[in-house]
Amino acid sequence: MSLETMSLFSPQLAARFDALAEKYPHRRSALIPMLLYAQDEIGYLSDAVIAEVAERIGITELELRNVATYYSMLRFKPVGKFNVQVCTNISCMLRGGYEIYERFQQELGIGNKGVTADGLFSLEEVECIGACCWAPAIQVNYDFHEELTPEQVPGILASYRDKAEGTATHA
Amino acid sequence: MPRLVSHPDEVKIVSQRFGLGAAEIDRYIELGGYESAKKCLAQGPDWIINEMKASNLRGRGGAGFPAGMKWSFVPKKSGKPKYILVNGDESEPGTCKDHLIFLHDPHAVIEGAIIAGLAVGAKLGFIYLRGEYRHLLEIMEKAVADAYARGFLGTHIFGSDTEFQIITQTGAGAYEVGEESALMESLEGKRGVPRIKPPFPAVVGLYGGPTVINNAETIATVPHVIEMGAAAYATVGTPRNGGTRLFGISGHVERPGVYELPMGYNLKKMIYEVAGGVRGGRALKAVVPGGSSTPVLLPEEIENLGMDFDQVGKAGSMLGSAGVVVLDDQTCIVEFALRTISFYQHESCGWCIPCREGTDWLKKSLTRFHAGFGEARDIDNIQYLAENMLGRTFCPLGDAAAMPILGFVKKFRREFEDHLNGKPCPFAKHVDLAVV
Repeated sequence: MSLETMSLFSPQLAARFDALAEKYPHRRSALIPMLLYAQDEIGYLSDAVIAEVAERIGITELELRNVATYYSMLRFKPVGKFNVQVCTNISCMLRGGYEIYERFQQELGIGNKGVTADGLFSLEEVECIGACCWAPAIQVNYDFHEELTPEQVPGILASYRDKAEGTATHA
Repeated sequence: MPRLVSHPDEVKIVSQRFGLGAAEIDRYIELGGYESAKKCLAQGPDWIINEMKASNLRGRGGAGFPAGMKWSFVPKKSGKPKYILVNGDESEPGTCKDHLIFLHDPHAVIEGAIIAGLAVGAKLGFIYLRGEYRHLLEIMEKAVADAYARGFLGTHIFGSDTEFQIITQTGAGAYEVGEESALMESLEGKRGVPRIKPPFPAVVGLYGGPTVINNAETIATVPHVIEMGAAAYATVGTPRNGGTRLFGISGHVERPGVYELPMGYNLKKMIYEVAGGVRGGRALKAVVPGGSSTPVLLPEEIENLGMDFDQVGKAGSMLGSAGVVVLDDQTCIVEFALRTISFYQHESCGWCIPCREGTDWLKKSLTRFHAGFGEARDIDNIQYLAENMLGRTFCPLGDAAAMPILGFVKKFRREFEDHLNGKPCPFAKHVDLAVV
């Protein structure tokens, strides 16, 4: 396969990959960041993405899968456009993390690792996200939302729905 | 944006630039930034290492190893390149201090890494941030690019003939990667499975070269040690525990937040005065003093407890990452223990059997217990399982999982007994705590 003709990467992602791979003393060090950046652009690590990253790094697909399955942020099936990650670890739990999580389940009508029918949202119960002093906290994709109450949940979801509509009308 | 807090007892050294716009390089320089690196460039490696040793700065990641000592273990001559590795994989539950450093003072991390590089003769440094901290990685990347543009990084730093480069790196979700050898594996593009020690990273580290690995807070403290002078820094803390720490106080307190207090600050005062006391005027039940892996302390154990590595160690726990988690009298210890072990079970890589099996069985036992189906012998069994994990794994994750559970079972045995014979949990709110 020729990467030029078959690539799933946008030109920007391909350029980012090249710059990254060049930077390290050993090319393989670019693997984990590249898997995450590829996932950010394409949505998840499909078989085709795995094949392409493996070829670009110069390792086998099996070797790549062996590494990728270790990392909890890397995923092998699609999630919603906005992936809601609710921390329920100790500091968040003590300040109502589970109440936040339950409210998201109610509002979205999905459970852990579920995706809404319109593909807009997915929900995940996650481990500590490093916002313990501003608990309870969540991340929507990479955005943090801190010191939440269950009452704020509908508003947060609405703000992302607006965002999705905004990008749709401008697309 | 994480809320910043303040208290008159704080001694702001590492956090002195928080909230002052110091992520911008001009502002950082205006506030005295990069002067310490220039001074170190002039003084040379031996002087730097002596200062670091005299400062009594101990590792802020949790183990508390003296930083100057660690640096001195790096061989002067090496056939392989040497490296600096800044550990920003902050993921110990209860800990969010590095979050603020990357957000408010990224140049302090760069400057500290430069100084570490000068001290040991490394030309390349890595700053590794956990994958969830993408917005902080972007702040760090901009700061690194700005430092290159000014000539503070590159082949001729500050116009000298000395080279120092920095590469920023993102993780992708893994608590265990916070362990230094697992961190190196991850940076080499592998699973974050720990390496056996010795050899230690200072001798055989990243890509086989001698490597200094320090926590982000330790590294961000280095320029301040140089600026203040080692002796002045050391006197802020207690003997053998130099300076301050960023204490992250979370859980059931009125004013949670990251407070910078001198080493040795009284824990009771920290909870009742600095953080405003237990939320809603409730009674204190227990404190986890240094992140989720540190054994729990009872109210009577914190009366005269100074928060430094040695005093907390003497009290039977650890200062760890200084993440103080406060539990009020409405907290179910069995539930808290279950949530703690669920985390470690989720994060265990499976490489060492005592950790893989131990965390799994502890989670199963505690789940059953909390659901009201525990048997009296389970309490001893939980203790037995945890005791048999201690010291039997490559990396400290096995200990980190076992130690807190042992603390809960030993100090709150009666509360475990209260869950026996189908009795409903007296505090029950959440039955299914399983994290898939």
